[in-house]
Amino acid sequence: MWRQLIPAFRAMLFFTVLTGLVYPGVITAVCQTFFHYQANGSLIRVHGQIIGSSLIGQEFTRARYFHPRPSACDYDASASGASNDGPTNAKLVARIKASIAEFRRDNPDYTGPIPADLVTASASGLDPDISVASAEAQGARVASARGISVNEVRALIRENTQGRVLGFLGEPRVNVLALNLALDSRRR
Amino acid sequence: MTASGVLYIVVFFLTLLALTKPLGLYMANVFEGRRTFIHPAVRPLERLTYRALGVREDVEQRWTQYAASLLAFSLAGFLFVYLLQRLQGFLPLNPMGFGTKHAPANHTPMTPDLAFNTAVSFITNTNWQAYGGETTLSYLVQMAALTVQNFVSAAVGIAVAIALIRGFARKQMNTIGNFWVDLTRATLYVLLPLSFLFALFLCARGVPQTFKRYVRAKTLAGSSQTIAIGPVASQEAIKMLGTNGGGFFNQNSAHPYENPTPLTNFMEILAILVISSGLTYTFGKMVGDTRQGWALFAAMSVLFFAGAFICYGAEQAGNPNLARLGIETRATRTQPGGNMEGKEVRFGIASSALWATATTDASNGSVNSMLDSYTPLGGLIPMFNLQTDEVIFGGVGSGLYGILMYAIVGVFIAGLMVGRTPEYLGKKIEQKEVKMAMIAIIATAFAILVFTAVTLDARFAAHGYWNSPGPAVANVNNGGPHGFSEILYAFSSQAENNGSAFAGLNVNTPWYNLVGGLAMLIGRFFFIIPALAIAGSLAAKKKVPETSGTLPTHGTLFVGLLVGVIIVVGALTFFPALSLGPLVEYFLMLKGKLYSSLWLTTWS
Repeated sequence: MWRQLIPAFRAMLFFTVLTGLVYPGVITAVCQTFFHYQANGSLIRVHGQIIGSSLIGQEFTRARYFHPRPSACDYDASASGASNDGPTNAKLVARIKASIAEFRRDNPDYTGPIPADLVTASASGLDPDISVASAEAQGARVASARGISVNEVRALIRENTQGRVLGFLGEPRVNVLALNLALDSRRR
Repeated sequence: MTASGVLYIVVFFLTLLALTKPLGLYMANVFEGRRTFIHPAVRPLERLTYRALGVREDVEQRWTQYAASLLAFSLAGFLFVYLLQRLQGFLPLNPMGFGTKHAPANHTPMTPDLAFNTAVSFITNTNWQAYGGETTLSYLVQMAALTVQNFVSAAVGIAVAIALIRGFARKQMNTIGNFWVDLTRATLYVLLPLSFLFALFLCARGVPQTFKRYVRAKTLAGSSQTIAIGPVASQEAIKMLGTNGGGFFNQNSAHPYENPTPLTNFMEILAILVISSGLTYTFGKMVGDTRQGWALFAAMSVLFFAGAFICYGAEQAGNPNLARLGIETRATRTQPGGNMEGKEVRFGIASSALWATATTDASNGSVNSMLDSYTPLGGLIPMFNLQTDEVIFGGVGSGLYGILMYAIVGVFIAGLMVGRTPEYLGKKIEQKEVKMAMIAIIATAFAILVFTAVTLDARFAAHGYWNSPGPAVANVNNGGPHGFSEILYAFSSQAENNGSAFAGLNVNTPWYNLVGGLAMLIGRFFFIIPALAIAGSLAAKKKVPETSGTLPTHGTLFVGLLVGVIIVVGALTFFPALSLGPLVEYFLMLKGKLYSSLWLTTWS
């Protein structure tokens, strides 16, 4: 084995340069040229100021905005994290009970069952989306906080709903930041 | 289960099936040294590689030399990764200043034990994450240490599989190929071109690729958000294709920057299994009977479907403890229902469950949903997949040599039943081969069960180095049987070189880092060296002609035998442990039993 160490170290040097520097370097050059927006994080600017990324969820707590899912890392996009609470963990049940109570208090007009995604923590802690049902459940609250009609809010939800890719990949969903931006930029 | 969810799994399988033959044929051509369509572009680079390494392409090695080269290369890789991590503060491409006093406040220090664990993790193709990428590692380490090992540790797996295939294909020869040549070809002809295309696809769909520092945003609601970015696409591509699984970010492929859309999700799951699936055809082609490869493919498919649908069913059924609170757990037209804790909305239930199954069918270990929050039976499937050595398509290379070990045990058992010396592909399977196959299977089981047992009983003194004071089980996030599952899963994942986790367990302590590192080394090299020994021994044997007493190894009977052996060996070894974890938790969950983590205080 010791005699093999010479080619082993030469191989490590060679492959480090090839797959660790040249390969990512070339990919970076190509992506920065052709996919500049995506390669830099799909950032959204309003009046020149970066307000976030269309792919990364952010916190909304005021009634006039749609709220995202609970996040175990408080939407800290520099340290993603999940709850890792197991199905028989008392902490999980207590937390979700509290989320449900809070939701019911904030949305007295909604009486249907609670969509599962709305009160459970996401895997990344940065989930940018909520289900269509979760958006609809918040519609009446947002409408009354903004003094606009529920129908107008529903129409915005519909406009910002992305269906399944090819009809079967993934789930229909609403990007919370996009929807809230649409609300803010709505013509008065 | 929903129609679109079932369709997802079926379309996924059909896509995999369609790619198996073309990719498998291509790989057979590459490793048998025939020209392929990309030779004009790659062949000069291949020649350059041999010159740089100082090796001769036409010299073959005995199995012992092959193994020595492999071990030397792994050792060199370990030193590279360890040193790059420890020295990251002094090296370039570190815009966030990790390893220096300018590091972000929330960073994780790169301690010697964490660097050891991570280095072992990447040279063994495990990619266990005791670290959180975006809070621990510089861009240089992500690229020059981790991405490199993503390539070469996967190439090592492919090389071993090819060497073992040669053992079956050859007769009366004492060599099994040249490690450096197989390593080079696997990297240059298979992994690099596929990763290149895949990285561009991923970036086009939203995966970042930049050397700039993290972005500061002022959110719509008026607070500030720091958004970690980096050269993600280039690493994500090989992380999936090389069945590596170590994420750029802490939350791996659940993170929207690693896996932004349902389409990237589908392609990433496909990337986990496609090379391993192709290798079954490569195997059939190289041993001169493609039916033999399809038989392995069939056995893998049976287990794949069983796992995918059990996991999907359990996750869609959800958690009765939450249903009682008034949550809609049935899927409707506008929401996914089921157990959404630790899952992303864009993926929903079906593609999360499929990912969990595929990532542990293979030795990938990436996750797009958090396994720790799975229902007991949903989490049982990934755990059992690990414990049966990840042979359902499996890791690149390691899946094939893994299932060939089981095939050897299978024909041996069949031989015992009829009282004949077993044969496989015209080779007599004798004492040495069966012993070696058993060593491989038992060594990993030993590492899982013994390390779990020792950890369950370990206690640490105040102010000690190894762990925080008290019992090692205090590191779990969940009480009751689920906490046991976290520890059992951690050692299953590391011993089987997977890298996925029931991630609530705090594993970044010297105890877990070092014992886990040991488990990874056992799981890697106590599997590879027996596989190479078998290759050497088989290559030297004559081919015996088929007779009426030979068990055909391309038919339904053999497929059934193989599936049976995998399940029975796994169940006999792990049923007691599994019944203390996921199985008992399942029944307790149905009864509404809950655990707080406070019960741990009674331990100390």
